[in-house]
Amino acid sequence: MADGFRIYEEKRDSVVVLRLEGFLDAHTAASFENAIQKKVEEGETCLAVDGSKLNYISSAGLGVFMSFIEELRDKNGDIRIGGLIPKVRQVFEILGFTEILQLFNTVDEAVESFQSER
Amino acid sequence: MAQTFEQSFALHVPSSSENLAMIRSFVGEIAQRADLSDDESLLLEVAVDEACANVIEHAYHHDATQQVTVRAILDDETIRFHVVDHGKGFDPAIVEPKDPRELVKERASGGLGMGLIRRIMDEVVYHIVPGEKNELQMVKRRRPRK
Repeated sequence: MADGFRIYEEKRDSVVVLRLEGFLDAHTAASFENAIQKKVEEGETCLAVDGSKLNYISSAGLGVFMSFIEELRDKNGDIRIGGLIPKVRQVFEILGFTEILQLFNTVDEAVESFQSER
Repeated sequence: MAQTFEQSFALHVPSSSENLAMIRSFVGEIAQRADLSDDESLLLEVAVDEACANVIEHAYHHDATQQVTVRAILDDETIRFHVVDHGKGFDPAIVEPKDPRELVKERASGGLGMGLIRRIMDEVVYHIVPGEKNELQMVKRRRPRK
């Protein structure tokens, strides 16, 4: 499905990994928001997003990251991203999100960044 | 004097966010005709997506019986996209885009769209004809490919 969006989840020690696939826009952002909200309600605070299969993001998707950053950092956690492809990464760069969020080359590096702080 | 050759295309879709993918495909086709790179194409898709998502949410309140029109005009020097609606007029130009850092502190999830459009496009103009139509005009100047 050309316009599909999927989220796959796994746990690596204390880090929840959310692998995003497809197109994150105003139509699909709610499912991403719900997935993060569910994790927060379960008490998870360290979220690593695998963006290597994410083909598109608009402001609605960026807004989901934006709305959870403070809450997770208040709880000594964070949301970090690894593996963004260059054409998607440029959307983060245009709005200065590379200064706001920690971006890594791979999701493994994002996960390790949490583990090295424990 | 060299003649400028102008091509014009239009897409009309029901005002529903599920049609944003179709709108992006349309923009991608235009970008391909303009021989843009994948990166440049994606940014145009983002700008038009943002404009249409605003119309769907703010002008038509997700009423899929209404229509969003995207017009693309391609000439030697520019790629222009006009997003037209007949809903409640809202001039995005009067809203000063906020610094994303401020929005993070406010835990906001919106407020980024117009800032993205302005950073991607070279010119952004909004026309309201009260009771008739609203039109967001976005211009990207073409650069010669290396």
